[in-house]
Amino acid sequence: MIGPFRRPWVRRALSNWIQPAAIAGILVFAVMRGAENINYRWQWYRVDDFLFTSENGSWAAGPLVQGLFVTLEISVLSLVLTLVIGLATALLRLSSSVVGRGLARGYLELIRNTPLLIQLYVMYFVLGPILGWGQTTTAIACLAAFQGAYTSEIFRAGLRAIPRGQVEAGDSLGLTRLDNYRYVILPQVLRNMLPPLTNEAVSLVKNSSIVSVIAIFDLTTQGRNLIADTFLTFEIWLTVAAIYLAVTLALSTAAAMAERRRAGA
Amino acid sequence: MSGEPKPIIAFEDVSKWFGTFQVLRDVDLGIGEGECVVICGPSGSGKSTLIRCINRLETHDQGAVRVHGVPLGPGERLPRELRGKIGMVFQSFNLFPHMTVLRNLALAPMRNLGMDKDKAEETALAYLERVHIGDQAEKYPDQLSGGQQQRVAIARALCMQPDILLFDEPTSSLDPEMIREVLDVIFELTDSGITMVCVTHEMGFARKVSDRVVFMDHGEIVESAAPDAFFDAPREERTRAFLNQILHYEASA
Repeated sequence: MIGPFRRPWVRRALSNWIQPAAIAGILVFAVMRGAENINYRWQWYRVDDFLFTSENGSWAAGPLVQGLFVTLEISVLSLVLTLVIGLATALLRLSSSVVGRGLARGYLELIRNTPLLIQLYVMYFVLGPILGWGQTTTAIACLAAFQGAYTSEIFRAGLRAIPRGQVEAGDSLGLTRLDNYRYVILPQVLRNMLPPLTNEAVSLVKNSSIVSVIAIFDLTTQGRNLIADTFLTFEIWLTVAAIYLAVTLALSTAAAMAERRRAGA
Repeated sequence: MSGEPKPIIAFEDVSKWFGTFQVLRDVDLGIGEGECVVICGPSGSGKSTLIRCINRLETHDQGAVRVHGVPLGPGERLPRELRGKIGMVFQSFNLFPHMTVLRNLALAPMRNLGMDKDKAEETALAYLERVHIGDQAEKYPDQLSGGQQQRVAIARALCMQPDILLFDEPTSSLDPEMIREVLDVIFELTDSGITMVCVTHEMGFARKVSDRVVFMDHGEIVESAAPDAFFDAPREERTRAFLNQILHYEASA
């Protein structure tokens, strides 16, 4: 009786497809039943227009896709800045300068021990006006400052994982410090860091939804505005969640593929 | 006897501490241009620290070191133009694992000797031929045996056209059957005019290639003599004890 379940391919199919499908089915059923109980009227057919609109045969991005572009733009720009801040902080923490280490340490503690939302408010209402930053700049700076603190720990671990002999070899070949980092150390660090860095990118995309509180028209803001106009609460939030999920899953998949290719090389 | 050529490396009363532990005690040592010196001694005797003080991967705390006539005080690093002139071969090879063998060799000449890529790779290939692994240029270090990796490391150091080559136990992490191929390559360098300082436990090799053997114990130089005198008629009791310890087994085997 138990025989077929022991076969590897059956077990793999079970755990890969059948179980998730069953769970998804139960969830959908629960939501539908719940919606029915409160007499929710599903209007999925209206959601298409919020993704893409077509006028006279030409397609244009609907509000949700426009919001997605803003989310992606903010995420990509703050990811770049995150890497810069993360690397700089990690180098400071590993440096021999007492002031440098203190600065890095202070920044880390400040970021890690205050809520992201408050950081955003402080930047938007206090730093922004002082420095003359607009919403988008503030949003990017805030997300990068937040994520940079966590990314610096990843850089630090990555840098420490490189054997000292590598630095010494570069040194004894007469490479400058900069060349040593550029050609010898960092390429190895980045290779080791790819999996945890993907997590950071995924976190950034998700955390970027917080910028909706400072009136940036990202995916989350667009969703909320649509709901205010149409009262399609269930459909819109589910769609917004699905879009975030698609972006983050695509990121993880791409990273996994890149890693497999490197491992194969 | 090597005569008295002008010293290219000179230690004058050099001392160094790791915390409270003194690794070097008033070391006085001159090494002449083109000379090949082997440094031996029990582990922890300060041999590696001594040669790392030459290219300043370590700095000393007291006394003076002179390299190429440039005086180096305590804590002082090597000026960069000198660093490329002093090659080093490490116990653990320290090849760059993310680069091909060819790139490992060509990188420093391209960045520091102003060679273009073609010239640097041509030079690299020539040195790979010289250490008998010209056919491995496109491989990555982890695809090579330990002996091959160490020969790549030697070729990489040679690409910078050094005046001085430092070997820090170059065969200590190799399987026995690969020691020979690495020692042969080092031996072939003895007529190149490069000054060589080699920390090793390979006494047969020391006798064959060196102009002088220096024996260290507890951070000080106990004895320094031409190889024949060193092995056949050691003057110091500590040298005799050390040689007995490491040669006894070879002789009785």
